[in-house]
Amino acid sequence: MLTIEREIHDAIVEHARRDHPDEACGVVAGPIGSDRPTRFIPMVNAAMSPTFYEFDSTDLLRLYREMDDRDEDPVVIYHSHTATEAYPSRTDINLASEPGAHYVLVSTREGAHESGPVDFRSYRIVDGEVTEEEVTIVERYADVPDEKAKH
Amino acid sequence: MATEVRIPTILRTYTDGQRAVEASGSTVAELVDDLENNHPGIKERLVEDGEVRRFVNVYVNDEDIRFTGALETAVGDGDTVVILPAVAGGSVGSAAQGPAPLPGHR
Repeated sequence: MLTIEREIHDAIVEHARRDHPDEACGVVAGPIGSDRPTRFIPMVNAAMSPTFYEFDSTDLLRLYREMDDRDEDPVVIYHSHTATEAYPSRTDINLASEPGAHYVLVSTREGAHESGPVDFRSYRIVDGEVTEEEVTIVERYADVPDEKAKH
Repeated sequence: MATEVRIPTILRTYTDGQRAVEASGSTVAELVDDLENNHPGIKERLVEDGEVRRFVNVYVNDEDIRFTGALETAVGDGDTVVILPAVAGGSVGSAAQGPAPLPGHR
């Protein structure tokens, strides 16, 4: 299950709407092992395409160094589909390289970039296997018990 | 000549979970061959038809080797090599429809 704060959820949706009809992409980093996405990092889609996204290679290195220095994981890796549903494509599955991440897909198709609800779904992608998971939106993480802290 | 090579999560199955390993060689190509000797199977994940794979990034001292001579990029003592898989994807090729959303989904 992905638990995410409303503010971060909304920021992802906003980014997807802003970049429509191109695909938007980014990361939400969080403390290593916490499974809590806390630091929203919108990235530039170097492909600038309505059907493809790719982080710029220099930005990618900077991002991973920064997360390393801050002891963070890429908890969420998000991108938008702008004409198809919010489900991982064959390309998404083949290129998924963070087995620990929640892959969030947002769809801005059918006018969702302007108004109305935006599909917001989350998946684990491990060794080519896609598993959809529930998304729980909370106002603040402090409001929900920390699953990991109990053990 | 030893060069530190940073290994991404997805390839740590080849390095017994190590985040960084040492390798020797005077070019990236030689480093990759040396990595392969100690961590069999890793080369195929990095190189295809004599080129770095399209969705793998290799940096020598923070420079993407695509701009510095690709696999022939020189490396030496004290240089740092970082391997990062591209973060990429996209709706192209999404002809296969996924299952319906989970109940209660937004």
